[in-house]
Amino acid sequence: MERIPILRMGDFLLVTVQVEMHDQLALNLQEDLADRISATAARGVLIDISALEIVDSFIGRMIANISGLSKIMDAQTVLVGMQPAVAITLVELGLNLPGVATALNVDRGMQLLRHSVQQQ
Amino acid sequence: MKVTDKGTRPIRTEQDIVLARQACRKLAQDCGLRLVAQTKLVTAVSELARNTLVYGGGGDLDWEMLEDGVRRGIRIVFSDEGPGIPDLQLAMTEGWTSGGGLGLGLTGAKRLVNEFDLETAPGKGTRISITQWT
Ligand SMILES: Nc1ncnc2c1ncn2[C@@H]1O[C@H](COP(=O)(O)OP(=O)(O)OP(=O)(O)O)[C@@H](O)[C@H]1O
Ligand SMILES: [Mg+2]
Repeated sequence: MERIPILRMGDFLLVTVQVEMHDQLALNLQEDLADRISATAARGVLIDISALEIVDSFIGRMIANISGLSKIMDAQTVLVGMQPAVAITLVELGLNLPGVATALNVDRGMQLLRHSVQQQ
Repeated sequence: MKVTDKGTRPIRTEQDIVLARQACRKLAQDCGLRLVAQTKLVTAVSELARNTLVYGGGGDLDWEMLEDGVRRGIRIVFSDEGPGIPDLQLAMTEGWTSGGGLGLGLTGAKRLVNEFDLETAPGKGTRISITQWT
């Protein structure tokens, strides 16, 4: 079965979304992530979408779901690497992702996560 | 206005949505749309193709390359023979969904393109036409 890989980076998990998302893949990812957060006691999840040429309401919902899931498992989500044209389009689409932090790239995202974990 | 090329694609499976996005990206590039306009068009295509599949029970995507004086454009028409949209005003309300969606597809798609035209009849189906100009 097709799956999106989840990489461990210290206290955090990195999900790089590279393929075209579809329903089953999104569902698998949510399950895998829940398992990994619980197994590794990760404090944060980075979702790298730099390879995505569009983000529609379907992917938006998936991101919101992952963020909600992480939150109840005591981990924070940061969305990284959004392409500028995608960002402009998202605003017009009306998709705001409440509670989802964003960062320009993976490094900045890690910084953000470390910072907020320290503050807790 | 002149139609310089046209074609059609099925929207019957999840994979067809992916293929429709890729095909429309290519058309948008060939048409000479700038990156942001391409991205907006492809995002609208993704929303409307998914609606065609999920609510319309599948249908077709027909595309046309247009030339109108100096400007060039792409028109994409989604049509299905599904249940139609009983209350259009409600469906065009941002955030309203009859399923488990975010209710962003229709209103969002309308904002993302230059022209948006929707015809629907209960029991007969739905036809949505979108156009993006250079
Ligand atoms: N082709 C169609 N045939 C029948 N009903 C439709 C069709 N397209 C949209 N609708 C109706 O219009 C509603 C609004 O559609 P819209 O795309 O805006 O939101 P959604 O699909 O519910 O959620 P989202 O697109 O944000 O995931 C749908 O919930 C559905 O009831
Ligand atoms: Mg929709």
